[in-house]
Amino acid sequence: MPSLDDLRKRITSVKSTQKITKAMKMVAAAKLRKAQENAEKGRPYSEKMNNVILNLSKSITDKENAPKLLVGTGEEKVHLCIVLTADRGLCGGFNTNIIKKAKSYFEKIISENKTLKIITVGSKGYDQLKRQYKSYIVENISFKESKNINYFDADKVGKIIIEKFEKNEFDVCAIFYNKFKNVITQIPQEQQIVPLNENKDDKDDSGNDNDYEFEPDEDEILSNLLPKNISTQIFKAMLENSASEQGSRMTAMDNATRNAGELVDRLTIEYNRSRQAAITKELIEIISGAESL
Amino acid sequence: MSNLFNIDIVNPEQSFLSKDNVFEVVIPAVEGEIGILKDHIPIISFLKPGIIRVFSESEEQSFYVEDGIVEFKDNTLSVLTSSIFDLKNADKNFVSESISSAEAELSKDNIDDQKRFLLNHKVEVLKSISIN
Repeated sequence: MPSLDDLRKRITSVKSTQKITKAMKMVAAAKLRKAQENAEKGRPYSEKMNNVILNLSKSITDKENAPKLLVGTGEEKVHLCIVLTADRGLCGGFNTNIIKKAKSYFEKIISENKTLKIITVGSKGYDQLKRQYKSYIVENISFKESKNINYFDADKVGKIIIEKFEKNEFDVCAIFYNKFKNVITQIPQEQQIVPLNENKDDKDDSGNDNDYEFEPDEDEILSNLLPKNISTQIFKAMLENSASEQGSRMTAMDNATRNAGELVDRLTIEYNRSRQAAITKELIEIISGAESL
Repeated sequence: MSNLFNIDIVNPEQSFLSKDNVFEVVIPAVEGEIGILKDHIPIISFLKPGIIRVFSESEEQSFYVEDGIVEFKDNTLSVLTSSIFDLKNADKNFVSESISSAEAELSKDNIDDQKRFLLNHKVEVLKSISIN
């Protein structure tokens, strides 16, 4: 049985933890709104980019000579995985969910005897993966210093990928991130960016009215555009990720605050009970002492 | 019959400019400037460093772009670019910084002709901005 003093101390400590989680929840809520706005603002760019690429790839007839970034190297031996996570913890299952998704993909690659290479973006992902997959991690990037997510950072990651591709260091590249659905739900995503997966569920090509004029020719535009597209996809993933992170943290901190409240209630009851018990005990002692006189 | 069409300039972070009352846009495409009027044939091209001029009924706006992709279709001109600013609030420091970094890049030996051409062009355009 803990003493009264211990109980009192515990109650205060839980209460101050509750204050922290509550503050974190409110901060996350404020950041979430901004992150969501940013994600929405960034959407037109990646949508338009996709459209242009779709139109371009439709008009390419000579698949043999098409840029390798679009159609792939023809092999599937080396897989490069970009795992995008947060730099900070205390956000519920956010990081763990991405890692879980990525790990199952890793296992598949390894069991098929293919080569695996990993790039982690964000320090939490690196921390969780280094225990098991240290030898596969080729690069670890973190943008702790940048306050906001900006295109410049995404471009850096994109350039690394392109560079590796040009050196023939991988055949297939996939990115892992959390897609923001709503505050409570974030869906871990796996997206292949090299070679570019053509969306098969696209609405039928609306006739052949997209007879574009190209200047310079299609190939040159495509080879210029595809590297940009990779950066854009990464940027999109980073934006989604940051919105998810804040949403996830908000929910986690909300739960923590509620749990702390319950704990305080329970501890207060226990405290009051043992205080009452102590009083009763003293009374009995006094009374029985008086009786024996 | 109106002779107006739409323009959307977007950068990765946000939509930069969106107008539906422009009658002419001049874009610095890779193979030379293109003036676009209503009912232009669908075109996809990309940009070299230069100045986009947007003429609408009431005003004329100019923007500096470094690179990007343009698509014109159904009387909508979409410009995707990661580096753009309005000439009116051009940052003198930024411009001169860009010039010096481009010149530093130019002084390297290992760049190919196309890149050299683009960089030269960039310096030229930026210098013309900083004079005005």
